[in-house]
Amino acid sequence: MTMNMTLLQIPAAFILAPLLPGVINRTKAFFAGRQGQPLLQAYYDIAKLLRKSAVYSRTTTWVFRAGPVISLAAVITALFVLPVGGSAAPFSFTGDMIFLAYLLGVVRFFTVVAALDTGSPFEGMGASREVQFSVLAEPALLLSLAAMSLIGNFHTAEIAPSRSLFMSLSEIYARLTMNAWAQSGTVLLLAAGAIAIVLLAENCRIPVDDPTTHLELTMIHEVMVLDHSGPDFAMILYAAALKLWIFCALLAGVLTPVRSGNLLLDTGAVMVGIFLIAVGVGVIESIMARLRLLRVPQLLSGAGVFALLAIVLVLRGQ
Amino acid sequence: MTHMELWIDILIVLLILTNLKLMGSSRLSACIRTVALQGILLGALPLIAGHGQIPFRVVILSGVTILLKGVVFPWLLLRALRTSNTRREMEPFIGYSTSMLISVGLIGLAMWMGGRLPLPVPLKSPLVVPLALFTIMTGLLAIVSRRKAISQVLGYLVMENGIYAFGLTLAQKEPMLIELGTLLDVFMAVFVMGIAIFHINREFDHIDTDLLASLRD
Amino acid sequence: MSLILTAIIVLCASGLASLGCGRIPGRANAIGAAGTVLGCLIGLAPAAEALWSGQAQALHMAWPVPLGSFHIQIDALSAFFLLPVLGLPAIAAIYGKTYLAAYSGKKNLGASWFFYTILVASMALVVIARNAVLFLMAWEIMSLSSFFLVCFEDEKEATRKAGWTYLVATHIGTAFLLVMFVLLTHHNPSMDFDHFSAAGMNGASISGLVFLLAVVGFGTKAGFMPFHVWLPEAHPAAPSHVSAVMSGVMIKTGIYGILRILTFLGHPDPWWGWVLTGIGVVSGILGVLFALAQHDLKRLLAYHSVENIGIIALGLGMGVLGMALNQPVLAVIGFAGGLLHVLNHAIFKGLLFLGAGAVLHETGERDIEKLGGLMRRMPVTGALFLLGAVAICGLPPLNGFISEFLIYMAALSGMGAAGVSLSGIAVITALAMIGGLAAACFTKAFGVVFLGEARTSATEKAHEVSAAMRFSMAILGLGCVLIGVSGPAVISAMKPVLETVTGYQNYDVAACLAGSLAPLKHISAAAVIFLAAAGVLIWLRRWLLSGRNPAESGTWSCGYLRSSARIQYTASSFAQPLTGMFGFFLQTHQEIEPVEGYFPSKGRLHTDTGDIFTRNLYRPIFKGVERFLLRLHWIQQGRVQLYVLYVAVTLLFLLVWNLR
Repeated sequence: MTMNMTLLQIPAAFILAPLLPGVINRTKAFFAGRQGQPLLQAYYDIAKLLRKSAVYSRTTTWVFRAGPVISLAAVITALFVLPVGGSAAPFSFTGDMIFLAYLLGVVRFFTVVAALDTGSPFEGMGASREVQFSVLAEPALLLSLAAMSLIGNFHTAEIAPSRSLFMSLSEIYARLTMNAWAQSGTVLLLAAGAIAIVLLAENCRIPVDDPTTHLELTMIHEVMVLDHSGPDFAMILYAAALKLWIFCALLAGVLTPVRSGNLLLDTGAVMVGIFLIAVGVGVIESIMARLRLLRVPQLLSGAGVFALLAIVLVLRGQ
Repeated sequence: MTHMELWIDILIVLLILTNLKLMGSSRLSACIRTVALQGILLGALPLIAGHGQIPFRVVILSGVTILLKGVVFPWLLLRALRTSNTRREMEPFIGYSTSMLISVGLIGLAMWMGGRLPLPVPLKSPLVVPLALFTIMTGLLAIVSRRKAISQVLGYLVMENGIYAFGLTLAQKEPMLIELGTLLDVFMAVFVMGIAIFHINREFDHIDTDLLASLRD
Repeated sequence: MSLILTAIIVLCASGLASLGCGRIPGRANAIGAAGTVLGCLIGLAPAAEALWSGQAQALHMAWPVPLGSFHIQIDALSAFFLLPVLGLPAIAAIYGKTYLAAYSGKKNLGASWFFYTILVASMALVVIARNAVLFLMAWEIMSLSSFFLVCFEDEKEATRKAGWTYLVATHIGTAFLLVMFVLLTHHNPSMDFDHFSAAGMNGASISGLVFLLAVVGFGTKAGFMPFHVWLPEAHPAAPSHVSAVMSGVMIKTGIYGILRILTFLGHPDPWWGWVLTGIGVVSGILGVLFALAQHDLKRLLAYHSVENIGIIALGLGMGVLGMALNQPVLAVIGFAGGLLHVLNHAIFKGLLFLGAGAVLHETGERDIEKLGGLMRRMPVTGALFLLGAVAICGLPPLNGFISEFLIYMAALSGMGAAGVSLSGIAVITALAMIGGLAAACFTKAFGVVFLGEARTSATEKAHEVSAAMRFSMAILGLGCVLIGVSGPAVISAMKPVLETVTGYQNYDVAACLAGSLAPLKHISAAAVIFLAAAGVLIWLRRWLLSGRNPAESGTWSCGYLRSSARIQYTASSFAQPLTGMFGFFLQTHQEIEPVEGYFPSKGRLHTDTGDIFTRNLYRPIFKGVERFLLRLHWIQQGRVQLYVLYVAVTLLFLLVWNLR
C-alpha cells in the first residue's frame, strides 16, 4: 500500500500539475467577474506547442536549447524527493531538503544562462532580477524547512554517534500532525508564512512578479523565456507547472495536518490542500498589486526573518 | 506546551515583527502605527500571561498602557507629522534593507544574551527577556540611524517599550505607582517632543536633526 | 618515501635545466613542462599509497641546521593534500606549455619554469615536512617562488604593485607563524612536530594563543578575510596556469597548516570553532559579493577563492566545534565537508582559471564588459567553463554540491546541541546565501563572456585554443563530474584522513561517516535519474523537431529591429541589483555622466569596487607606519662611512652587552 502510494505521487504530479495554473486563473477570473479561460488551458497550450516547430535566434548556441531540457529534468528529479503530506517520497534521505533546494537552483541557473544566451537586453534584465531574489529566497526556504525538522525533536539531546537529529523531508512531513500544531503552532505558522512568500517569489506570482504579461520592463520570469518557442517553450511551461506543484505540496503538507494513518485519506486531504493553495494564490493575485521592485527584497527578507524566528523559537522554546 | 504559552509566544513573535517592520519601513505614518500596535500588544501581554485570575492593578496598568501607547501617543505624533509636512524618512544613515539585516543580527545577539543573563525569577516564557533586549536595541538603532525628529521620538518610545517588557519579567510585584509614574514621564516626554517638533518645524521648515547640528555655536 | 624525494629532485632538476635553456624558449618550455608532469606523477604514487593503506611513512635524517632536522612523513592528511598539490600543477603545466609559447622571445621562459617547478616542489615539501625549521624554510621558498611567478609580466606597473603587496602580506603572515612555532617549542628541546604532539599543550591559555596565531599566520596565506587583501591583487597578475595553481592549491597550504596545528593542540575549545565559523561566514559572503562587483574576469575568480576558503572554514569550524563539544558526528562530517571542498575547489577553480586564461590568450582581454559571444568561437572552452561554473555554484550533480552538502549536514546535525545552534544557523544561512550569490556571479561571468554577441572586434577574432590546453581543462572537468557522481566512494576513501585530523581513538570514524553515506548514495542515484531524464527529454525534443525545420531569425527585442551587440545587458547592469542591495558593504565608487535631453550625445558610467579592507584598514595603518618611519629618515645619509659606523657600533654594543 505504502509503496503504491509513493509511486503514484509522481504520475499524479505529472498529470495534475498543469491544473494549478488553471485553478489560479479561474480564481482570478471569478474575482474580475469574467468567464475566464478553461480550467485545462495549460494542457491545451502545452499540447499545441508540442505540435509546433521552433524559431531560434541566430545569436543562440546549444546552451539556449539545453536550458529547458535541463530545467525540466531537474524539476522531475526534485519530484522524487518530494513528500506529499504524510506519505513519503520515493527517495527519502537525510538532507534531501538541501538536494531539493539545489535542484531548484539548477533550474534557475540554466534558465538564466539560456536567457543570457539570446543577448537580448530584456532577458538580461529579467535574469538579473531572478538571481537577485533567489539570494534571499533560498535561505528562507532552507531555514524554514530546518525549523520544521527540529520541532519536538532535539531535546532528546544525547546524540548517539551514528544518529543525526535532523531528518528527511518525508520524515518531517510525516510528523506534522494536529498534535504538532497544538504543540508548536507558532513555529509552524512562521515556517508556513516563509514558505508561502518563497512560493510566490519562486513561481513568479504577484506581488513579486506578474505572470500575465510578457513584455513589461517589470517582469522577471516571463521575460526570461521570451525567445523560446515550440517544444522548448512547452517544456518551460510544464516545468513551471511542476515547480508550482512542488511548492504547493511543501506548503500544503504543513497546512493540512491530516495524518490519520489511512494513506488514501491523508493524501486526499493534502491534494485538496494543494488546490486550495492555488485558489489562495489566485485570491492574492486578485486583491494585491505588484510591489515596486525595490520593495521585493524587503518582502523576501521578511520571509527570511519568519524562518529565522521559527528556528530560534524551536531552539529556545522547548 | 499549553495553549496559554502558545498565545504568549504568538504575541512575542508579533512584537518582534513590529520591531522589524519599524526598521524596514520608510513611511513615517506607518512607523507611528507600528509603534502604536506594539504598545497595544505590550499592554495586552500581562493580561494573557496572567494565569486566568488577573489582579485588578494589572488590568488598570494594562488599560492605561494601551490607552497611552496605543491611542494618545500615536495621535500626538500623527498630528505633529501632519503639521510638519513630512511623510517619509528620506535618507537614513543606514538603509532599510541593511537595518533589517542588522536587526536580524540583533535578534541573535539578544537570544544569546537572554540565555546567559542570570535572572532572579522564573519566567513565563523564555522569550520575554530576549524580546525586551531586542526591543531596547531596536529603539537605540532607530535613534542612531534615522534623521527625522519623529523617527527619533519613535526610537525613544520603542526603547521605553523594551524597558517596560523587561520590567514585566522581573517585577511582577512592583508597585503600581512606579509603573504609572514611568508612564507619566514618557507621556510628558512625548508631549514635549511633539511640541518641540512643531516649533522646530515652524522655525526652520524641516525637522532634520542633523541640520540642527549647525546650531552648536 | 624515496619516491617523493625523487619527485622533488626531478622537479628541481627540470627547473634548473629549463633555466639553463633560457635562451632557447621552445626547449625551456618543453623541459619545464615535461619535468613538472614527470615529477608530479612520481610524487603522486606514494601519496596514493598512503591514502590507500592508511599507513604513514617517515624519513628522518640529521641536518646541520640549528634546531632543524630533515624529518618528512606522509600520513593520510599529507597524502590527501599531496593529491591537489601535485595533481593540479601537472595538469596546469601541460596547459602552461602552450600558454607561455605566446611569450617566447619576449620573456625568459626558463626562469618562469624554474620558479614554477620550485613552487611545486616547495608546496610538496610544506605538506610533508615534520620539522618546524624545515617547514618554515619550505614555506618561505614557496612564498618567494610564487612572488617571482606573480611578477612574470613585470613591465606592468600594476603587476609590480601586486607583487609587492603579496610579498609584504605573506611575510607578515610568516612572522605570526614564527612566533607560533616559538611558542610551541617553548618547553621542547627540538622543533620536530613529533615532539609538539607528544608534549601536548598543558596550559589552555597558550594553546588558545597558538591557535589564534595559526589562524592569522596561515589565514593570510589561505585568504581568510580580512587577511585576504593580497589575493585579488596577486592572483590575476600571474600567468593563468600559475593563477590556477596559486588559487587552486597554494592557498590550501594555509588550510593544511591550520589542520596540522590543530592536531598538536589536543582538545580544542568551543570558541575556536566559533572563530573559524565567523571567519567562514565573513569570507564566504563578502568574498562572493566582491567577486560579483568585479569587471576583471581573473580578479572575479580570485575573489571567489576567498569565498571558497570561507566555505572550507565553515566546514572546519563545524569540525572543531564537534570535537570541542564531543559530538563526533558533527566533527567528522564537518571536517569531511571542509576537506573535500579543498580538493573540489582545486579542481573547479583550476578549471575556471585555465578557462579564463584561454579567453585571455585568444582575445587579450580580461575585462568582462568587452567580451561576449565566445561560445560559438570557442565551443570546448565554453562548455568546460560552464561545467566549472555549475560546479563552483555547488549545484548537483557535480562535485561542489557534495562538499557543501556535507557542511550543511554537519550544521543541521549539530542543531539543538548547546553551543552549536547559533553557529549552525549562521552556517546554513551563509551557505544558502553564498549559493545564491555564487549562482548570480557565475551566470554573470559565463553569460556575459561566452554568450550573446561579441562586444568588441578583438573578441570576434578569437579561435578555439590548442588541443593541449583543451586537454588540461577536459581532465579537470572530468574530475568535477567523477567526484560528483561517486560521492560515497570518495567519502569512504577519506576515512584515514579524518582519523588523522580528529585523532579519534574512542569513536569510530567509519560509524560517524555512515550517517552521511546513505544520503550520498541516494544523491548519486538521483543524479542518474537526472541524467536519464535529461537524456529522454533531449531525445524527445529531437524527435519532435525532426522534419519540422526550425527557423532562424534575430533575437526578439520587443519589436526593435536594428539590434546591435551594444544593447546587450552588461555585466555591471546584471550585477547592479545585488551590488546595490549590499552597497553598504561594497562601497562601490561610481562616476556617472547621466544621459540628458531628448537627443543625448553621450553618457558614461564607471564603477570601481576596491577592497574595503585595503581602503579602510590597511592603507591607514601603512600610512601611519610610513609617517613614523619617515621621522627616522635622518639616519639614512647615503654615505658608506656612516653605515660602516652603524654596523661597528651595533657590534660593539652587542659585545659589551654579552660581556656585561
